[in-house]
Amino acid sequence: MSTTLVSEFDGCGAGSSGQHAVRPEFLPVYLLLGIAFGFVLSRSEAVSWFRIQEMFRFQSFRMYGIIGTAIATAALSVALIKRAGLTSASGEKIEIPRKKLGSGIRYAAGGAIFGLGWALTGACPGALFALIGNGVSVMAVAVVSALAGAWIYGWARPRLPH
Amino acid sequence: MTSWLTAEWPWYVAGPLIGLFVPALLITGNKVFGFSSNLRHLCAAIAPGKVEFFHYDWRKAGLWNLIFLVGVLIGGFLAFHSGASHDVAISAATRNSLAGLGLHDFHGAAPREIFTWHALLTLRGFLSVVVGGFLVGFGTAYAGGCTSGHAISGLANFELPSLIAVFGFFAGGLAATYFILPFVLGGV
Repeated sequence: MSTTLVSEFDGCGAGSSGQHAVRPEFLPVYLLLGIAFGFVLSRSEAVSWFRIQEMFRFQSFRMYGIIGTAIATAALSVALIKRAGLTSASGEKIEIPRKKLGSGIRYAAGGAIFGLGWALTGACPGALFALIGNGVSVMAVAVVSALAGAWIYGWARPRLPH
Repeated sequence: MTSWLTAEWPWYVAGPLIGLFVPALLITGNKVFGFSSNLRHLCAAIAPGKVEFFHYDWRKAGLWNLIFLVGVLIGGFLAFHSGASHDVAISAATRNSLAGLGLHDFHGAAPREIFTWHALLTLRGFLSVVVGGFLVGFGTAYAGGCTSGHAISGLANFELPSLIAVFGFFAGGLAATYFILPFVLGGV
């Protein structure tokens, strides 16, 4: 079966919202938002291997403050958007599809595997790309490796517990 | 350039700004903030092979996000070239911990003793970049999200799967920090 929309296993991203093709006039907005995100991620130093080590060693509040206030800001915004029943600028009713829990194994196991990689590279996926922009060009190899990892997951997916 | 633009930002400025990308993407086009699905989109665009997971309309589902990705590269570039060059202001405790593992260079975003093309051919560089990168890609695809999709978007929407994933992130991160990294850095 070929999935034209979103696979049922896909909890995050991968077209989990916005089933309509993006209107081309909005693409520059996503580019600008990406530029802003790469800039903020860099200035927050959430892209820093050193800061990620500081976080996993519980030796500073900084990263917890960043993640905590990011979640709080996002949660408040989402609650307000839901309450107001807003429509997006592209004309769709704003809806956030809920992720399927299933057995939960994919979240625990996949999460732990990503956590190993997060500590080793010092970078989450967004940071890998921001770091290339920051002159750490060898992270291009980490990106190729990450693509290989995602590909192997896609290949092994029918045989993995979810 | 004023110093607030060139130096690192305090957590109470950076955190809320990061959180605002969730409503910004929802309001722009009903998009859920989640970066790691770009890895799937790139696989689907470049080498879908015979893998069902990569056979979908990636332009329709993910073109907006891939363009966001290009923006992140540019944003990182702009931040780097407008920023002040300095040693990272990590806590003394972290500096001591890392020095104890044999790191001496605290300049820039990633330690140059690990993350250079030259170090790629060493065990520490290979494990950190190649193996670490693979785990990031496999893990986020398996978990269906990363720090943005689960820790921020998911938790902000009070989703249990995301909470489980975030516990997983930390379990893996702590294991790597305390058990694997001392081995990885053993040869620095």
